[in-house]
Amino acid sequence: MRDLVARALDTATQQGAAYADVRVVETRAESITVRGPHVEGLTADESLGFGVRVIVDGYWGFAGSNRMTAAEADRTAAQAVAIARASARAGGPRAAIGTPEVHNDSYRTPFRIDPFAVSLDDKIALLLRTNEAMMRVRGVVVAESNVYYQREKKLFGSSEGSLIEQELLETGCGIEATAVDEGDVQQRSYPNSVGRHQGTEGWEFVERYDLAGSAQRVAEEAAALLAAKPCPAGVTTIILDGSQLGLQVHESCGHATELDRVLGTEAAYAGTSFLTTDKLGVFRYGSPVVNLTADATIPGGLGTFGYDDEGVPAQRTPLVTDGLFVGYLTSRETAAAIGQQSNGAMRASGWNRIPLIRMTNVNLEPSDWTLEALIADTEDGIYMETNRSWSIDQRRLNFQFGTELAREIKNGKLGDLVKNATYTGITPQFWGSCDAVCNRDHWVVWGTPNCGKGQPEQVAHTGHGTSPARFRNVQVGVMK
Amino acid sequence: MLPDETELKNISDRMLSMSRADQTEVLLFATRSALTRFANSYIHQNVEETGVEVSVRAVIGKKIGVAGTNMLSDEPLRAVVERASMLAAHQKENEDFRSLPGPEPVQRIDAWVERTASFSPDDRAEVVAAICDAARNAGVTAAGAFRTSDNAVAVANSLGIFAYHRETHADINTTMMADGSGYADRLSPDAGEIDGKALAAEAIDKCLRSAEPISLEPGEYDVILEDYATSDILDYLAYLGFGAQPYQEQRSFMSGRLGERVVGENVSIWDDGLSPETVPMPFDFEGVPKRRVELITDGVAKGVVYDSYYGGKEGKPSTGHALPAGLTYGPMPSNLFLKAGEATIDDMLASTERGIWVSRFWYTRPVHPLKLIVTGMTRDGTFLIEKGRITAPIKNLRFTQGYLDALSRVEMIGRETRLRQGMIGVSRVPALKVQGWTFSGATEF
Repeated sequence: MRDLVARALDTATQQGAAYADVRVVETRAESITVRGPHVEGLTADESLGFGVRVIVDGYWGFAGSNRMTAAEADRTAAQAVAIARASARAGGPRAAIGTPEVHNDSYRTPFRIDPFAVSLDDKIALLLRTNEAMMRVRGVVVAESNVYYQREKKLFGSSEGSLIEQELLETGCGIEATAVDEGDVQQRSYPNSVGRHQGTEGWEFVERYDLAGSAQRVAEEAAALLAAKPCPAGVTTIILDGSQLGLQVHESCGHATELDRVLGTEAAYAGTSFLTTDKLGVFRYGSPVVNLTADATIPGGLGTFGYDDEGVPAQRTPLVTDGLFVGYLTSRETAAAIGQQSNGAMRASGWNRIPLIRMTNVNLEPSDWTLEALIADTEDGIYMETNRSWSIDQRRLNFQFGTELAREIKNGKLGDLVKNATYTGITPQFWGSCDAVCNRDHWVVWGTPNCGKGQPEQVAHTGHGTSPARFRNVQVGVMK
Repeated sequence: MLPDETELKNISDRMLSMSRADQTEVLLFATRSALTRFANSYIHQNVEETGVEVSVRAVIGKKIGVAGTNMLSDEPLRAVVERASMLAAHQKENEDFRSLPGPEPVQRIDAWVERTASFSPDDRAEVVAAICDAARNAGVTAAGAFRTSDNAVAVANSLGIFAYHRETHADINTTMMADGSGYADRLSPDAGEIDGKALAAEAIDKCLRSAEPISLEPGEYDVILEDYATSDILDYLAYLGFGAQPYQEQRSFMSGRLGERVVGENVSIWDDGLSPETVPMPFDFEGVPKRRVELITDGVAKGVVYDSYYGGKEGKPSTGHALPAGLTYGPMPSNLFLKAGEATIDDMLASTERGIWVSRFWYTRPVHPLKLIVTGMTRDGTFLIEKGRITAPIKNLRFTQGYLDALSRVEMIGRETRLRQGMIGVSRVPALKVQGWTFSGATEF
């Protein structure tokens, strides 16, 4: 593979590339999905290919192929150069990527139990046992559980002299119970919704979440929601659990701080951002208890790696400090545009895609409350748990979220179950109303394995470290 | 460049002969796809990929395993066949599984255009440059993407199916931005039909007209939904309601309601993968020929789509709507149509005393899947209508609206239709005028 990288780099530079990088990516993934008593999805996929990214006369080109031959390396590199030359035809500024990044290194995800080595029968038996426990609960019509694990080997080489090998391992799992009665459907998920929770760990990740032991509770909550009262409409105090808050951070902070969006290059698809460059260092994003970071070095986080796909080392960057907006997620090109160095947020979903600015682990730093003390300190409000729906405008201001489960809070105690809970707001006002964040004991790095961005679309795997937090004066119950 | 039918058949024949499973299916995708992306009125990303993917579904008794690779030499192909069988061997019996489908005659559809397949980076850049020039001349900035692709799909199984289809695809979109914004897109098998100047003109017009928007209180308003917005409604009906899986699991609004009125009697929706009015596809990913399925006729629920597995559970034949093996969402419609009406957009406007013109929706998500309540934003041109004419652009609004309720209150249906890329396949839709659309919030631009 090193020969192929060297060959493609040589060809690209000989053909006129001022900068070139080559990534060889080999991915192996297995997925098991059990619906009710049946293993409906049992798949093993592998993919191998390489991509060549070049700058020619200040314009970008990229080509990728799955044929791993020297001749194809030449053809693909030459095609990337030809594409870059075509890019010049629409004019515009010439790309500048700042000072060279030269690293010769390797990185491997630490793990305890290789998920590929765990017996397939044991994995299937775990999911069948989990579903059996869910299906025993009256009212539950669908039980679904899944595990997913992937190993990605990457070799990155650049014309600046970098050569970086990485082997990243991810493991994820999730269960869902769906309960149905006349005119209503309610769902509960665990550990997180929209499929699964995931981390850069081994099978120990699945063991930690005890799917079978949690199944009955999850199913009972789905069934109980059918009879729950609907979410009242009004303005109140809310406490969000960590997983819902993870998605809130993802949508309203993570995407909003991606500098490519800010500079307009995602405008037609993912959108732009209200966090324009004039706001850096002066804009009050949230209350003083709000501290947000991007940290690709957290052990086990789904956005954890050694180097990004431009060969920049993983690092920790403050985004919001004591409520003040102080940082962006950057690439080499966008960082140079605002006089900074890249903080290593460029990732591609595979050999056939260019890296884009993606969240690493974007986190709400913990504070000092326990959840019990926070609820006890809340006179009147709603506690919301586990995302059900999410939507936000293209500048990341107006959002609306729904959660699977909610409970009334009355006089400092959790009360009745509430279904179809929704809340809505405007990002800086909402974070400005945050008056309490729970402590590190409640802090979990939630994995979001389904973040879409870019054209052609790429699905990224991001992490969000959060603990529950409280927000005042929030509009809830936005559904007729 | 792309492997041809003979090469794909050779691969599938080799793989079928390697398999010792009771039944085996091979699914092959080959693609050469290029995309030129522009923003701030210049090309900032420009990419191309060439690749082939193969997946194998092995059946042992009633046990199924699926494995895939993109490595096409003998050794990895043999390994992937064996891996699928190994997975099947570890499976549990699925009593609902009947059999892989057997062969049926499949219609050949000519959907391949040579000039799309040979469209070069310079050809794409020329169209994009025309769009960027138009933007500069109008004092706005352009963003968007232009994709051309040459794709082949082949399905073979040990019961005798071999189905092959090759198609080309060109799609382009642009968003023009200044104080306001405007959007336009096109989709065609023929890249030569893409007119960058006309696309730019449509988006620039909307962008300039939406400058200096006023704030409008959220609430209930009659709306005119451009066809760009209508397609979102069909996407969610399809995703949440028109497949046999949610239907059988009582999670669909169609469950237990066939023969009943579910939306207004002026609404008819069907799926037809063979129509020349869509991006046609003669068969599904099990190699079963596509059949036209009436989903809702004159407001009455008529049926859902099936693959061989979910059809077998009800003793019904597949309608040719299987997704690739290994996906667990069940069958899905992929070529939707909402029946056109007789109204022009001007008719809709003239008949509106006070309402809102919606150019398109953005970031829509289901809030209540069974009731098909969806939230999302307006984007790229939202206007106030008063006394039959547009009087002002307005800041974007959030809606939280039941899509079935909306289809029960359709006052007028456009006579023109537009072909749009959907969440799963494509849809052909008209503009709609809908009474009483619920806007639940507003944003700052």
